[in-house]
Amino acid sequence: MRYLPHTKRERELMMEKIGIKDINELFDKVPESALSTFAQTLPSHTGELEVTQHLQRLAKLNLAARDAPFFLGGGAYRHHIPATVDSLVQRGEFLTSYTPYQPEISQGTLQSIFEFQTQVALLTGMELANASMYDGSTACAEAVLMAGRVTKRNNVILSGGLHPFYCDVVETLAQFSQLNIEKSRPEAPTKGHHSTTALEKRINKETACVVVQYPDFFGLIRDFSQLGEHCKNAGALLIIVFNEPVALAALKSPGDMGADIVVGEGQSLGVGLNFGGPYVGLFATRTQYLRQTPGRIAGQTEDLDGKRGWVLTLNAREQHIRREKATSNICTNSGLCALAFSIHLSLLGEKGLSHLATLNHEAALSTADKLCKINGLEILNETYFNEFTVRLPTSAGLLVESLAQKKILAGVPIRRLYPSREDFDNLLLVNATELTSKSDIDLLTESISEELS
Amino acid sequence: MTEKIASNNPTIPSQATNKGLHIEEALIFEQGSTDRSGVDLPEISGKSDRLGSLKRLNKIGLPGLSEPEIVRHYTRLSRNNYAIDIGLYPLGSCTMKHNPRLNEAVARLPGFSDIHPLQPPSTVQGAMALIKELEEWLTELTGFPTIALSPAAGAQGELCGLMVIRSYLEKQGNPRKIVLVADSAHGTNPATATMCGYKTKPIPSNRFGTLDLKALENMLDSEVAAVMLTNPNTCGLFEGEILEISNAVHKSGALLYCDGANFNAIVGKVKPADLGIDIMHLNLHKTFSTPHGGGGPGSGPVAMTSELAPFAPLPWVEHSSSGYTITEHLGDHSQQSFGRMRAWHGQMGMFVRALSYLISHGGDGLRQIAEDAVLNANYIRQGLCKHYSMPYPGTCMHEVLCDDQNLKPTGLKTLDVAKALIDKGFHPMTIYFPLIVNGAMLIEPTETETKETLDQFIDAMIAIAEDSSPEKITALRSTPVHTPRRRLDETKAARNPKLRWRQDTTQNST
Repeated sequence: MRYLPHTKRERELMMEKIGIKDINELFDKVPESALSTFAQTLPSHTGELEVTQHLQRLAKLNLAARDAPFFLGGGAYRHHIPATVDSLVQRGEFLTSYTPYQPEISQGTLQSIFEFQTQVALLTGMELANASMYDGSTACAEAVLMAGRVTKRNNVILSGGLHPFYCDVVETLAQFSQLNIEKSRPEAPTKGHHSTTALEKRINKETACVVVQYPDFFGLIRDFSQLGEHCKNAGALLIIVFNEPVALAALKSPGDMGADIVVGEGQSLGVGLNFGGPYVGLFATRTQYLRQTPGRIAGQTEDLDGKRGWVLTLNAREQHIRREKATSNICTNSGLCALAFSIHLSLLGEKGLSHLATLNHEAALSTADKLCKINGLEILNETYFNEFTVRLPTSAGLLVESLAQKKILAGVPIRRLYPSREDFDNLLLVNATELTSKSDIDLLTESISEELS
Repeated sequence: MTEKIASNNPTIPSQATNKGLHIEEALIFEQGSTDRSGVDLPEISGKSDRLGSLKRLNKIGLPGLSEPEIVRHYTRLSRNNYAIDIGLYPLGSCTMKHNPRLNEAVARLPGFSDIHPLQPPSTVQGAMALIKELEEWLTELTGFPTIALSPAAGAQGELCGLMVIRSYLEKQGNPRKIVLVADSAHGTNPATATMCGYKTKPIPSNRFGTLDLKALENMLDSEVAAVMLTNPNTCGLFEGEILEISNAVHKSGALLYCDGANFNAIVGKVKPADLGIDIMHLNLHKTFSTPHGGGGPGSGPVAMTSELAPFAPLPWVEHSSSGYTITEHLGDHSQQSFGRMRAWHGQMGMFVRALSYLISHGGDGLRQIAEDAVLNANYIRQGLCKHYSMPYPGTCMHEVLCDDQNLKPTGLKTLDVAKALIDKGFHPMTIYFPLIVNGAMLIEPTETETKETLDQFIDAMIAIAEDSSPEKITALRSTPVHTPRRRLDETKAARNPKLRWRQDTTQNST
């Protein structure tokens, strides 16, 4: 077996040294019934060639985004990832190291985390960020739990614009806590649907936090500054969630709108689609809430020679020190995806990221301008970044399935995420990025027209 | 923009301190210039925006660097890391084994890496087939009929396990109040129990380093929902009374959760379902070698009995004659799932790597993994037992636990041994864990190390213990010296937290 170095002779020598004749002597504490009943029905070991062939065969059964006109978003986005990102991420020193528990020989990882934290803080307009969470949805749930600890209040208001799966994750992970989760009814964008007054009216002295998404699940962009003021006056925290970090380069930052915690999905930069995971959760907040922040954090310090260096810090918040009193149970986070995010963002820089954001917005504008000419089709958003909601004269799910047969991935049928909402049946969420070509848009438009005629 | 600041600030590394291959590297924020970029993008056409009144007017503050600067930056940073690719990484309970590159290659096939989680199921049949195939392997290896694949890492797997247990007990009429956790357990266990709304109580270990069965029996009552243990435990010992433990737990109406962090010791040899366990998580990033990546991503599938299966989290993949489907919602089914733990289907990238690893090893290879991992740990135990005190008698499983009691006369501590090992070219073992042993050193070599490497490690450990002259002791206490940085001041880092770079370095405090 190519990964196991011992020869039969070496095993014998080692057993002799230990003083055993049979390897099972080392398993003598295992109940006899468990050792002896193990019946191996698994196939034997396999060479690299056969494994590759088997997995290639499975991979080929999937339609890759790159092989189709592709318009899916809804929380996971397709972008071009520069070749440099994967090349650097695959360096064994990053790929095959553990959590940096021994800082003297982990300065590479620690410095890159410190840089990542700075990038996330800058992008969100916040004071600090942690070293990453599993994904945007779990980061969102952790933010809600944190708001409960900070405010010592129990009511959580989720906006109807929050990603439905994020709502589910918050409800699931908070179900055995003290928190009451109040969901708002999701509404498709309508003219003048930018007000936050309805949310503001629900805030009271029991409110721990209000959770909103920016741009929201339907692509709509709303100003949360006034909501932020209301939260502040009521002693509640404003949590702003984002799915698409590229949007933050085009938009006023969540920090500037008064957010207390900003969480989001970082997958767009450096990570790729990967059928939903692994992704990387971004978590940023204000200094005053530092001690209640979950997850690992790298900090600057000095070594014995007075040289600048980095360590994991404020461990007293974490499970390996605090155990049942920890701020979260998170241990392993999404380190390598955070590194990929950071490298991609470093390559883009201020200029590149801003340019990329404009390209994305323009791709969405071009797609919308073309689609809106189709008879019976309506673009519902007045504002959007790189995705928007379309009302079709027919079921979006059926249309998407039908176009998939023609190898066109037309977007996300919104009802897939809200099965009980019959009124959403005709809604399609359409995304475009820098990878969307003019011919992709033409093909989508033509084939939707054909389906509808 | 930042070059001036860099040249005026003595704490920022400069060329003057470089030595041969040891090259100091500044932060990206201290390099480059605003106008540089590492990407070339198509022209902008200049359409008027539909961002409402929310168009960004201020700068983000990101640095600009060209591609060669970026490649050099991260390459230089990487050289400051130790890694399993460089040498032995015997972190106990972390299972740092070789990461086959085949797994990286197959995970990058566009059919796996470039598919969207909301694509129509008809376009992702291969991905769902892979998920089912992985489930089959894990089912066979654990002996449990149901695997919940979505948990993102070990700690989330634990939470999944306890939420399943709680939902099951609620259905029986009483969720109960307390989770008993072995005192040698990982910190994630009690932290997880808290997140699931339970109070925790530690179960003491006996003088042999295993769970004290009598004490457990006295603690079990009608308020105990679950017992969490790790088997083999974090002392590297198999809980030989596991069937008695299981009986006692079940008799009191509680359930038995097993932390699967140490599954490497028994994979392919013992099915946890045969040990009376009800539910356990696996760490694909430990036992099945998906790379740790400097702290993740992980993947923590949860295996469970058929009684608990109805409560497993969404989503799940099903197979029928018409192909594979994915269930994402609780609809008309009479489902009792406790909910959804994360946005999408699971750590697909890790599933591909783990399946590649499983097929490569096969049943025979997996059994050999457990046997070699246990053999290697015992070989180290034998090599060290005359030089390091061992808190518990007898052979061990896949990891060996020693402590610093025998070093007392020299004044050396576990931390000094760890730092001295670094200077000898090894990553240290897990130190000061488990908490029940003072000065613990937990060594897990894994099965992918050669006998030669193990011999070198043993020699290095003995050399450290044998150094007892005052000069040697003083020298050891100031190790490591052959590293990019010497011992770092963790107190300072916590007292005056600097958690991000700021342009004004005199006020670099956050």
